[in-house]
Parts: sequence; structure tokens; C-alpha cells
Amino acid sequence: MKLLVCVTQTPETTTTPSFSADNTEFNTAGVNYIMNPYDEWYALVRALELKEAAGGSVSIVNVGPGTNDTVIRKGLAIGADDATRINAEPKSAMYVAKQIAEFAKAGGYDVIFLGKESIDYNGAEVGSMLAEYLDMPFVSFGTKLEMNGNTATINRDIEGGEEVVEVATPFVISAAKGLAEQRIPNMRGIMMAKRKPLNVVEPVAFDDPAVVVSYDLPNAKSAVKMVDPENMDELVRLLHEEAKII
Amino acid sequence: MVLVYAESPKGQFKKAAFEAVTYGKKIGDAMGKPCVALVIGNAENAGQLGVYGASQVVQANGAFENFDSQIFSEVIASVAKQMGAEVVVVNHSSSGKSLLGRIAVKLEAGSVSGVNTMPTLDGGFKVKKNVFSGKAIAQYEIKTPVKVLSLMGNSFPPVASGADVAVQALDITAPAARITVKAVETVDGTVPLPEAELVVSAGRGMKGPENWGIIEDLANVVGATTACSRPVADTGWRPHHEHVGQTGVAIRPNLYFAIGISGAIQHLAGVNSSKVIVVINKDPEAPFFKAADYGVCADLFDVVPRLTEAFKKFKAEN
Ligand SMILES: Cc1cc2nc3c(=O)[nH]c(=O)nc-3n(C[C@H](O)[C@H](O)[C@H](O)COP(=O)(O)OP(=O)(O)OC[C@H]3O[C@@H](n4cnc5c(N)ncnc54)[C@H](O)[C@@H]3O)c2cc1C
Repeated sequence: MKLLVCVTQTPETTTTPSFSADNTEFNTAGVNYIMNPYDEWYALVRALELKEAAGGSVSIVNVGPGTNDTVIRKGLAIGADDATRINAEPKSAMYVAKQIAEFAKAGGYDVIFLGKESIDYNGAEVGSMLAEYLDMPFVSFGTKLEMNGNTATINRDIEGGEEVVEVATPFVISAAKGLAEQRIPNMRGIMMAKRKPLNVVEPVAFDDPAVVVSYDLPNAKSAVKMVDPENMDELVRLLHEEAKII
Repeated sequence: MVLVYAESPKGQFKKAAFEAVTYGKKIGDAMGKPCVALVIGNAENAGQLGVYGASQVVQANGAFENFDSQIFSEVIASVAKQMGAEVVVVNHSSSGKSLLGRIAVKLEAGSVSGVNTMPTLDGGFKVKKNVFSGKAIAQYEIKTPVKVLSLMGNSFPPVASGADVAVQALDITAPAARITVKAVETVDGTVPLPEAELVVSAGRGMKGPENWGIIEDLANVVGATTACSRPVADTGWRPHHEHVGQTGVAIRPNLYFAIGISGAIQHLAGVNSSKVIVVINKDPEAPFFKAADYGVCADLFDVVPRLTEAFKKFKAEN
């Protein structure tokens, strides 16, 4: 099977975001970057497991600048066979989806994986856009994926439960927690990754239909009001009379 | 015109559908345009969407029992085109999230997912959403003539402003689905986390899964949905779908109880949009107290049963 995994780079989870003085740019100074956890822990690992079980290849694709190569190499170290970076600074989900679709349309991929959302912009949009460009079925929030020949059985998260669906290849799936278990790259993987191909291709022209124009920080909380542990009636009273929440 | 897709899972509208129509109506009012609600498949009394502000309800009748983003987005986009929609609104739900991108591509429209404020219309169409899992807010500008938005749950409470309207049937033959739904399992009786207004959440301070009885008791009395921190789900003390935070479910309930949870930045990221946060922790230095509205510094095994009793008393009196 030919498998493609879309990966993105996000600020590390302990990052406290800050912005330029005019609030139009995210400050990248001092920010550490990681591979988006949903891409790395679940999408990539499940693709590798399928290849290990049935043969084939796992390719990585990323839309981003040269500074993303470290994160892409990590994907190769975890076990992907090759990678392609589409050389652009993406500003919208549709731009990313369009670039990946152009790259993937002649690739003959059986399954295209991505994480359920990126942990920076929390959009969850690229998967459905990509599926639309490629005219493929899209199964979002997959927590379990079993292949039987060309047919996949997928469990997906829905509100308050799960749904089990069947779909034939080719299709696009977004990965949620449960699809696989995180893998830590070992020394051999890291060494081998250095020799694996990381191709760089140029993007196609595409105008961003929606872009971020400014940022804000949430209002700071006022100081916590401590309640006497012996007096839980008081807490209930505060929630009722002061916070008016119950 | 503003077109709102009103979800009707298992033929029933939930609060999310009324929120979306309420939001669509507000945008329509600001633009001076009507709000039309679109229902796909069965729905009990689709006309009731008029109560929340739809001036017209269109219902696609056909074999639409099972959700498939390819088919549903086709219906929504073609109705949007036919009726000349300028703004299309869906919920930021499991189905809405898989529709948004497809609709946007079909309509060559800019989209923003998970919006939680009214758009501003002066000097371009701009709308805000939480980013970095709630650690920041971004304002987007959509530059295309048509705009597609998914609305974050619990952002716009449903407002009854009108009365039932007539339902116009749209006869559409559903195209053959490429996805077959084999089974749907939902836990009935409890409100799913993303929609919950009241949440009782517990962490490693619970010591083990056998102690969760006091959390469930509290949740039952309050009428809340239960949640947990990541290590609790990772070690199998609680099911994965209860895991909230930056790498779990992001929620914005009215009331969030954090019990025996330290308040790590990745946990706070997913819950800090909650309106009121109550923290119960025995460590006065626990970082969660800085993000809390009310705090109780004590052993949770003493305090939680006492709090449950206090709630019981309150419920009995009110
Ligand atoms: C990439 C990444 C992503 C992550 N994503 C998430 C995420 O999405 N969600 C998430 O929750 N975490 C996430 N984490 C983990 C996070 O960093 C913390 O490790 C985790 O939230 C801690 O869980 P906890 O508060 O339950 O446990 P602990 O940090 O161990 O805290 C337990 C708390 O219970 C208190 N306590 C103990 N006993 C009692 C008692 N008897 N009475 C009262 N209080 C008591 C202690 O004082 C302590 O504050 C992530 C980490 C990483 C690296």
C-alpha cells in the first residue's frame, strides 16, 4: 500500500504565545517547535504499522519553509521512507490543502493520513479540504483503523460516542487519540533518517482566502477566591448567588 | 442571505442546531439579510427553527440517514449556490468539522473554523476564534465573496425570537455513499463533553480508578458531565473521550470543577475558556489556583463528599 502522511510543525505545548507590538505577528523568538502531536503520535505511527503488516511505503509531506526540516527528519527517524517539503510559508488551511492536493493527485496513494487538528490554530480544516480537492471520502477523528484488502474499517469519535464506518481505498483519514501509540525514534532510525530522501518542491500559485489579521490574549482572571474547606455550603452559595452559574 | 445547516442527528435537533440558527440570525440582522435554515434528512418539527430566527426552513428529503461529508457538503453547497448565500454557518461538531472544508472548496470561499464571536462587517469581514487551544485569540479576515464559518459550541446561547415557520421540501436524490456506517454507539443520558455546560473533572490526585465514585456522585447531583486529565486517561483509569486539554477535548462549559489536577499548561489550554473554574487541590502552590475563580485548598477525599452533600441540600431547597 502507498501511504501518505501530512505533517505540520507547531510550537511546543508549553509555549506561552506572545505577539508583535501591533498584535499582527506571532513572536517566534525563543519558541521551540515540535511535530504536531496528532500527526506524529497517531497518523504517522498507524501508517507505519500498516506498512509493517502489509508492505508498501510511507511518505511524509509538509508545506513549510526550510526551518521545518528538523521536524520532517524526525518523521523519517520514526520510520517514514521519504519526505517532500513544499517550500512555502502557509497562511491558510486552504493554501495547505491545495498544495498537498497538487502534490498527491498523481501519487496513487491508497490512504492519506493527517492529524485531527494542529494544536496551534486548531482548525481541523485541511483534511476535509484535501479530500474535496482529490474527490475522496474523508473519515475524521479516527481512533481505530483496520485494513482488509482495499477495505478499511474505522472507528471515529462523534459527540458522546463513536461510529464504525467502512470505506474503500483511496480515502483521507484524520487521526485522533487511540489510533496508535507514540513511538520514540531510536539511534538507528536517527542515523538512517539522514540518508533518506527529503525532496523540496515549489508551491503552485494560490491566493489565501482567509488570513489572520490580528491576535489577542484572553482576559486575565481576577484573583481566586478561596473558600473554607469546612464550609461547602458557602461554595454552593457563591456559585448560585455570585457567579449565578447554578 | 445567511444559510445555516441545522444538524439533526437521529432525527432530533440538539442545542447546537438552535445555537447555529441564533448565530445565523444575528449575522443576517447585521447584514440586513434573512437567515435560512437547511435541514438534511429527518427532523422532528423542522419548522421550530423559525423560533430561533430562521425566516425560512428548507428540508432535503431523501435517504440521508447516515452522515457522509461528501454527500452532505454537496447538498449544502448546492443550496447555498441556488439561494445565493453570502455566509454559510455549520456547527464546530464532529460532522460540522468534516463539512466546513469541503463546503469552502466547493464554493471557493474563505472559511474560519470554531468561531466564537460575531463577525464585524466594517472594512472587511472579520471574525475571531480561539487559537493555541485557548491560550490566544486570533482575528481572521475572509476576503472572498462567500464566507463559511463553523460555530464553537456554548458560544451563543439559543435565543427564541420568532415562531414556527413553514418547511419547504427539497427533493434531492442522495448520491450513493462511499462511506458505509456499520454502527453508532452513543452514551445516552449524559451530555457529551463538548456540549456540556457543567463539567466535573479529576486528575491524578484521585490515586486510582476505584476512587471515582465520589466524582460520579458529585457529577450526578450537579447534573454535570465527567472529564479527566491526560495521565488519568493514558493509564486507563478513565476512558479516552474524557481527556480534556491541549491534546484532548477542548471545552468551554459554564462551570468547570478541577479536582486533584495540578493545572499544567497543556491542561489549562483546553479548559481555560470555561466561564467559572473551581479548583480543589491540597497543594496551595498548585498552578491551577492562578486560573481559578474559586479555590478550596484541602484533601479532596474530605471535601468532595461534603460538596456533594451541600449541593444535595441546595437542590432540595431550590
Ligand atoms: C505534548 C504534551 C501534551 C499534553 N497534553 C495534555 C492534555 O491535553 N491534557 C492534560 O491534562 N495534560 C496534558 N499533558 C500533561 C500535563 O503536562 C500534565 O502532566 C498533566 O496535566 C498532569 O495531570 P494531573 O494534574 O492529573 O496530575 P499531577 O500533575 O500529578 O497533579 C495531581 C494534583 O493532585 C493534587 N492532589 C494529590 N492528592 C490530592 C488530594 N488527596 N487532595 C487534593 N489534591 C490532591 C496534587 O497536589 C497535584 O496538584 C500534556 C503533556 C505534554 C508533554
